Amino acid sequence: MAMEIKEPRIGVFVCHCGVNIGGFVDVPDVAEYAKTLPNVVHAENNLYTCADDGLTAIKNAIKEKNLTRVIVASCTPRTHAPLFMRICEEAGLNKYLFTFVNIREHCSWVHMKEQEKATAKSKDLIKMGVARAVLLEPQEEVKIDVRPSSLVIGGGIAGMTAALNLANQGFETHLIEKEPELGGFLRKLSTLYQTQESSAKAYEGLIKKVEANDKIQLYKNTTLKSLTGYIGKYDAVLNVNGEDKEIGVGTIIVATGADEYRPKGLYGLGEHDNIITLTDFEKMVKEDKVPADLKSVAFITCSGARGQDKEYCSRICCTVTVKNAMKVMEMASKGGDAEAKVEEASVDEKAVSDKEEEKAEEPEEEEGESRRRSRRDRRGRRGGRRRGAERGEERPKERGAAVDVTVFNRGITTYGIEQELLYNKSREQRVKFVRFVPENPPKVSMEDGKLTVSYYHETLKADRKMNPDLIILATPLTQRPDAQELSKMLKVPLGRDEFFLEAHVKLRPVDFATDGIFLCGTAHGPANITEAVAQAYGAASRASIPMSLGYVQAEAIVSYVDRERCSGCKSCEVVCPYGAIQFDEEGLAEVIVAACKGCGTCGSICPEKAITMTHYTDEQLTAEALAALEEVGT
Amino acid sequence: MEKKNVLVIGGGIAGIQASLDLADKGMQVYLVEREPSIGGRMAQLDKTFPTNDCSICILAPKMADCFGHDNINVMTYSEVSEIAGDAGNYNATVTRKARHVNEDVCTGCGDCNAKCPVKVPNEFDMELGMRKAIYLPFLQAVPRVMTIDEENCIFYTKGKCRLCEKACKIGAIEFDKGPEELKLNVGSIIVATGYDVWDPTPAKEYGYKKVQNVFTAMEFERMINAAGPTGGHIQRRSDGERPKKIGFIQCVGSRNPQLDHPYCCSVCCMHSTKEAILAREHHDDMESFIFYKDMRTFGKGFNEYMERGKSEYGITYINSDATVQENPANQNPIVVYDVAGKQEKMEVDMVILATTLVPRKGAKELAKLLDIDVDEFGFYESADKLLNPVDTKRPGIFIAGYCHEPMDIPEAVAQASGAAARAAELLSTKGVS
Repeated sequence: MAMEIKEPRIGVFVCHCGVNIGGFVDVPDVAEYAKTLPNVVHAENNLYTCADDGLTAIKNAIKEKNLTRVIVASCTPRTHAPLFMRICEEAGLNKYLFTFVNIREHCSWVHMKEQEKATAKSKDLIKMGVARAVLLEPQEEVKIDVRPSSLVIGGGIAGMTAALNLANQGFETHLIEKEPELGGFLRKLSTLYQTQESSAKAYEGLIKKVEANDKIQLYKNTTLKSLTGYIGKYDAVLNVNGEDKEIGVGTIIVATGADEYRPKGLYGLGEHDNIITLTDFEKMVKEDKVPADLKSVAFITCSGARGQDKEYCSRICCTVTVKNAMKVMEMASKGGDAEAKVEEASVDEKAVSDKEEEKAEEPEEEEGESRRRSRRDRRGRRGGRRRGAERGEERPKERGAAVDVTVFNRGITTYGIEQELLYNKSREQRVKFVRFVPENPPKVSMEDGKLTVSYYHETLKADRKMNPDLIILATPLTQRPDAQELSKMLKVPLGRDEFFLEAHVKLRPVDFATDGIFLCGTAHGPANITEAVAQAYGAASRASIPMSLGYVQAEAIVSYVDRERCSGCKSCEVVCPYGAIQFDEEGLAEVIVAACKGCGTCGSICPEKAITMTHYTDEQLTAEALAALEEVGT
Repeated sequence: MEKKNVLVIGGGIAGIQASLDLADKGMQVYLVEREPSIGGRMAQLDKTFPTNDCSICILAPKMADCFGHDNINVMTYSEVSEIAGDAGNYNATVTRKARHVNEDVCTGCGDCNAKCPVKVPNEFDMELGMRKAIYLPFLQAVPRVMTIDEENCIFYTKGKCRLCEKACKIGAIEFDKGPEELKLNVGSIIVATGYDVWDPTPAKEYGYKKVQNVFTAMEFERMINAAGPTGGHIQRRSDGERPKKIGFIQCVGSRNPQLDHPYCCSVCCMHSTKEAILAREHHDDMESFIFYKDMRTFGKGFNEYMERGKSEYGITYINSDATVQENPANQNPIVVYDVAGKQEKMEVDMVILATTLVPRKGAKELAKLLDIDVDEFGFYESADKLLNPVDTKRPGIFIAGYCHEPMDIPEAVAQASGAAARAAELLSTKGVS
């Protein structure tokens, strides 16, 4: 690969950065030392290499001394490499012939108290930079065309939202849904707590917009059959009602949603008609099939979650539980034998019962100031939950309350504003919350022909029993069974929780590591509608970037495969985090330049040494390492 | 005429993300930040849960990308002072406060700072450390230029000094320059002004500012940070000693209607767990007790993180409210709590308060300026909280991040991209449907 090049002519610029470097490193001495290194024809020190006069000095030296390599020894490439590379380009030098040596973080900052060593290390690092610079080659960045069209997989609330946004930005959008109807999980729900309206109202409006949008190609009863390509140029085969259809797109959004986990046998699920899940209950409400004569209903949260089967917390089930607990109360109060006034009465009643609680709570005579404060505080803060609501269970049924609703829980996760306020309201309405620890969950059995929940009351430190008419399990959302296959087809990973795994858990929540593929909604993990919608817009934003530009700038630093050496073992494909390796007809590896990030993982795993990283060749790295191992000059 | 320009207010992670998304697709962005540097709250945090990524290390590249972007005009130390117009055509006035240092010339070398005789508490370090009157708020500040704080600079208060001017070798100091006003025409506005840490002093039961060794969580974040005021050493206020037993009290001011914050701040269960883990990582013999109402571990990997906190880092979780007293003999805080109705006391070396988070100071005034709604707690309200969470009632003005409602970093990032998508939709030919 070595090109026919004239002897390299290197210029070195050492920066004082005021006291930042100059205060700890003997900068003029380092510059003098640089002059003694092989191929260095120019070295100087600047007060600020990044200031106008420093940049001019680089440009002038390139022209006047015919420099073919430039090294700046200063701060961090993170902030300053783009600047110096641009200056090189402006002076007619390929920017990949520039080398950055960081003597601030690596020398002056970390060796503030050892100034001689800081100076010696600066010299060492520059010597290494020179050794590598000699072997550098110019590189070109190529632009890769991106089709202005997207494939959105999944026609639930997230997929529809993302598709509409992309279409309204002007991009051709293919929306595929495996079911015969759009709407996804929302079709299973009754009333939404955010709006107090039916979920149908939310998704039907969206469906109308999707169907009316002429930029959206809608395919129902459709799945993704196969996929080839890379960012900008994905070729997909869809299975539309059993028939193949080929489409080409630039980007892909995964919005495949989630299922409700239904662990057979857990707390008797599937063994008794009156043991159901939250979604079963939603369906009951929706179809108006909630038994009219309910006297007692028990909810059990974290059923199969947080260490019981699944490790994760499913985020939304506490709020859905609270919503439905209130629903049970509301339905009972409206039902036949209930005192219909219960809702109107609830405010006054609360005042009365709070007083009762206060009395009941009044502790021993001598209590510390802090305790009094804490108690006062607690009442205000919790609406008397711990003592009040749980104690409520010991009292006769509330005046007017037609039904007794108990939520067995491991703590209630109603984060944020609305959800917490809803939780507070449910306590005002006398929903009872009884806490259990995971080591000792409630037990469900049939005793004397009656559904029985036996539990240990953590606050009262006593065993208790109750006989609910209905037990509703709050089970977590879980990944759909076909996700594994999709993950392989798209070459994007699933996490340990089996949900799709984003590129970075903090800062890239809707990106995959693979360019051109994005993620939103519950395919990513449990989320409520608002969160799924925000993510959907987010994914649409990310997908629109390369499509708006019409191209992506591929990395110049990528790997390439020596076909003579490749044995087709596929090790590289397995380790590549970006899905950037494909195989030709002969079974030999090829790098998809558009997808490669130049991380070098493939090169390090290749048993045949058939893969080389441009700009970080073995030869260049070895030269740098050998320079480091030599004694530093005087 | 419609402009493809967007004004982003707030340079924290949400504002940065929204700006980058828009700029990357070729739109022109003006990013206005009130403080001398972009970075926001995330820049102050030590690590981030549940991966323990170094916060500034993952943020700094984004800050640099933002500042160096050809399509982003970053205006720090600036505030929006006037808005007029409609979606697609807003006229904004931005007041650029006088920082008295020429941003184009200053390299942030620190020569001036070394000579400045004035020391004041550093807001960035939650006032645990000191800074000069001419200062860089933190090491990784972007832009890396100095700012003279007029309130404390003795040239402005007493009329003489100018030592910084003498120290600056490249003439970057501009004592004579006053504030400037800038008129912008933009198609859309994204508001991402973030949160403030609620001051727990009024809630006397927690002993803040009365019991010396009681700190807020944000103070602890700065203290445990290697670049912070104590160089990463956890130190008691009373004697500088390193604690071995720390009590963390949750929901301080949150879920508390009496203190006007009945809401859950959404992040303190996790940041306290993280802080307890980090304390143990610093010192093997560190013991942590977290006093909580409900442990809300609802994000990706959160519950697993808490379980690791218990099994690998020896954190003890105690389900109780708690208040704080002081042992006058050794200034140890005493945590008063109850178990099954019985009062208990635990003497610890330090207490960390997980204080609630509130909208930024000035958020309501900004809402008024923008003519958008705030809820009773001061958070910006969505027009349609179910299906258009980032839209406000005023077309073309969008919201993202904690200023909108309690959330963690990835949610703020996703929402910021979402707000960018809505702005792009508006400014595309077809318009918002």
